[in-house]
Amino acid sequence: MDSMRDRFAPVVTRLLDEDPRVAVVLAEVGADRFGEALRRHPDRVVNVGIREQLLVGAASGMALAGLRPVVHTFASFLVERPFEQVKLDLGHQDVGAVLVSAAASFDWPAGGYTHMAPGDVALLDTLDGWTVHVPGHPDEAETLLRHAVAAGDDKVYVRLSLQSNAAGRPVDGQRFLTVREGRAGVVVAVGPMLDAVLAATEGLDVTVLYATTVRPFDADALRRATATAGTDVVLVEPYLAGTSTAVANDALADVPHRVLGLGVGKAELRRYGQFDEHLAAHGLDPRSLRERITRFTAGAVPAGV
Amino acid sequence: MTITEQRAQSAQSTQTYGYADLPGLMGLMTGDEKHGPAATSTLDVLWVLYDRVLRVGPESADDPGRDRFLLSKGHGPMAYYAVLAAKGFLPADWLPGFGSYDSPLGHHPDRTLVPGAEIGSGSLGHGLPIAVGTALGLRAQGLHDPAVWTLIGDAELDEGSNHEAIAFAGPAGLDRLHTVVVDNSSASYARPGGIAARFEAAGWSARTVDGRDHEALHAAFTAPHPGRPHVVVARVEPKNA
Repeated sequence: MDSMRDRFAPVVTRLLDEDPRVAVVLAEVGADRFGEALRRHPDRVVNVGIREQLLVGAASGMALAGLRPVVHTFASFLVERPFEQVKLDLGHQDVGAVLVSAAASFDWPAGGYTHMAPGDVALLDTLDGWTVHVPGHPDEAETLLRHAVAAGDDKVYVRLSLQSNAAGRPVDGQRFLTVREGRAGVVVAVGPMLDAVLAATEGLDVTVLYATTVRPFDADALRRATATAGTDVVLVEPYLAGTSTAVANDALADVPHRVLGLGVGKAELRRYGQFDEHLAAHGLDPRSLRERITRFTAGAVPAGV
Repeated sequence: MTITEQRAQSAQSTQTYGYADLPGLMGLMTGDEKHGPAATSTLDVLWVLYDRVLRVGPESADDPGRDRFLLSKGHGPMAYYAVLAAKGFLPADWLPGFGSYDSPLGHHPDRTLVPGAEIGSGSLGHGLPIAVGTALGLRAQGLHDPAVWTLIGDAELDEGSNHEAIAFAGPAGLDRLHTVVVDNSSASYARPGGIAARFEAAGWSARTVDGRDHEALHAAFTAPHPGRPHVVVARVEPKNA
């Protein structure tokens, strides 16, 4: 299967052809994928070199001049390194852009911690007005990229990953999907975590919601699900554990409820290897998930990660 | 009164002023008509740009074909507000409220509040990278005429983000991009070889002039620089002299 990132350049190249406002800004990473786009649109595909402050600053200037910039590099160099540019050059200047990241939390574990960004979504949560898409399949990535570019002058983050579910689902860029219905708990699976969650909850009496647009958070879907499945809620996110715990709590503020936030731990593993090994180390493989979800819905307070 | 209502009410009272009125306009903000060199380091540069160089006025502030001026050195913006008031972008009766809760005029400018301000600034090192993007964005839309200007301070050049922008803009041939460095020797570590040399090494056209001499500034601002971005280093009195 091709990856989400394999879809990125072809989709955006078509958008460059269709919409004269669209521009692409790169900092070397991924530039080789935009050769054809650069030939067709030499003024709207810009590679600024390995300069991430300029990457986001230049996107701001393009947006001020009236364009719709699509900005791409690894998550750690797109959100973390130039975070003040994201905060000021986009937010404070009151202009929009589409930030499209690759490498996610640990897509390249052999690359080590320098290329891991489990905190990207939590960081964006400190800012106002960001839409965050976390596709779980290349088909969904294609759909959500189109939504992101078409979203006026909104600030949109699209988090691409090599981790993927086996099948894509009909995502709409807004709402959670109900994948399974039960009566003893709600599990919200974000993006690439869905297949592991479905395997982990096989035979359990829980509702599984599938979230690919996590900001704004679909509070209505969560509330509706708790009406039949009760208010024990487990969030399974492919980035920092607990990132969405606060928004889930806010969604259920007027009813007694419990929330367990599962995801990537803060502690550095200082391990290389494959991403399956990192998923297991963070307790995000189906077996660990099943154990933690079962313990939580049974009423026990989980220990550990 | 909201800022929008304030704007509507004071629109009628907008009038234009000359260079000799600028100390008085700054005095509306500072309470004193005498200002030291630090407060006025940018004043002559701003005046010559807005009076004789930039093709933008209150009536063309939203025109896609206007020249853009991006104040990167947002600290100490009294001279900037005074020039914007003098040129009719904002009414002079906004100036006394400078820095107060109900005023659109803060100690660092906010582009969403100040008519004529192309960017909000305050954190140093943001204006030049944004100016690079603005020049790229205009070029991509076939707008080859508008000039993009940004003003930075000599100490602001310490910020590495400027060097990302300087090193890119030269080789990219952004000839509609212009930078003014107001040099009041405020950097703790003077740039080895001088400021202009840093830009020239990256392929920029560069002039260094007396930042108080209006004719010299005008000549430097309007010097041709085909195929290259242009920097004018405007030397003024040392901040700590």
